[in-house]
Amino acid sequence: MKSPAARLGVLLLALMLTALLGRSVWQLGMLEPASELPQLLQENLSASGVEHPVTAVLLNFRSYDTLLEIAVLVIAAMAGISMARTRSLEDPELRTSDTLLKALLRWLVPLMLLLAAYLLWAGADRPGGAFQAGAMLAATGVLMRLTGMPLGFLRPGMLLRIGLVLGFALFLLVGLASALAGEAFLAYPPGLGKALILSIETLLTLSIGMILLALFVAAPVNNASEPEEGER
Amino acid sequence: MSTPLLFALTGVLLWGIGLLGLIGLRHLLRKLLALNVISSATFLILVGLAQHHGGPDPVPQALALTGIVVSIAATALGIVLIRRYYHLTGSTALESTVSEEGHGGEGRSHE
Repeated sequence: MKSPAARLGVLLLALMLTALLGRSVWQLGMLEPASELPQLLQENLSASGVEHPVTAVLLNFRSYDTLLEIAVLVIAAMAGISMARTRSLEDPELRTSDTLLKALLRWLVPLMLLLAAYLLWAGADRPGGAFQAGAMLAATGVLMRLTGMPLGFLRPGMLLRIGLVLGFALFLLVGLASALAGEAFLAYPPGLGKALILSIETLLTLSIGMILLALFVAAPVNNASEPEEGER
Repeated sequence: MSTPLLFALTGVLLWGIGLLGLIGLRHLLRKLLALNVISSATFLILVGLAQHHGGPDPVPQALALTGIVVSIAATALGIVLIRRYYHLTGSTALESTVSEEGHGGEGRSHE
């Protein structure tokens, strides 16, 4: 289907670009370190409200990134849901009735929820945080969905909408409030950092879990030959 | 050469493999997987290169964490779109815009 010359061209192009990238990485590696960022971070860590540097960067020093990231997630979830056929969210055919999985879930679901809560709390002073906890929540939801537990909040409606935007909304609200108070956008007032970060992370966890779960549910298993709605 | 720099150079190699897959493969799911290989390679370069100079640097690590979450969302959205595309066209590859000497549209499966 493709001529050998075109294949060779693609191969050569990829090789050249890779060599170029390798060369620049090598040169960057040979440079003297000019960045003061790690020291700067260590010096200002106590002001951030959390003890773990990665969490401090994510939710205080560069919270702008995290805000945009959750915005991207919300947009992806909206697009995913609107692409799906909402009817099949409740399709009983998709449910497996595996008794072993059901019995296992009785043990797993509480443990996984506990682990999600731990990950959320641990983010303050060791690896962990909202995204890990949210992924854990989503995994719990996927397991529950596979056994056919009724997950009513995933039906399109008010609850789903609120759940999807909750984390983003609080984050944006905090940013706007600090901007209106005369500070920089997303600058937490001194002393309130820890409380604000914790509440933002909690709502972010819920939202992320819901978004990932919604994206999973949005790709239902169905027959390709079935006529779609909106199609002739 | 330190170990972190080796990580970064491995990332470069992975990036090349991913790029080759992204351009060369026709199946959309494979293209999506190639895109994932490229993003993993980017994270490897980002973290490895920063660690090369004096220990772990939390700022690129946080950036990589952000990138991982975004790439998960992008992959999920991509799969949803691919499924939708498959529903509508019955094909798993993009139609080639250039008709290859009169017999274009080979990606379509004739049902």
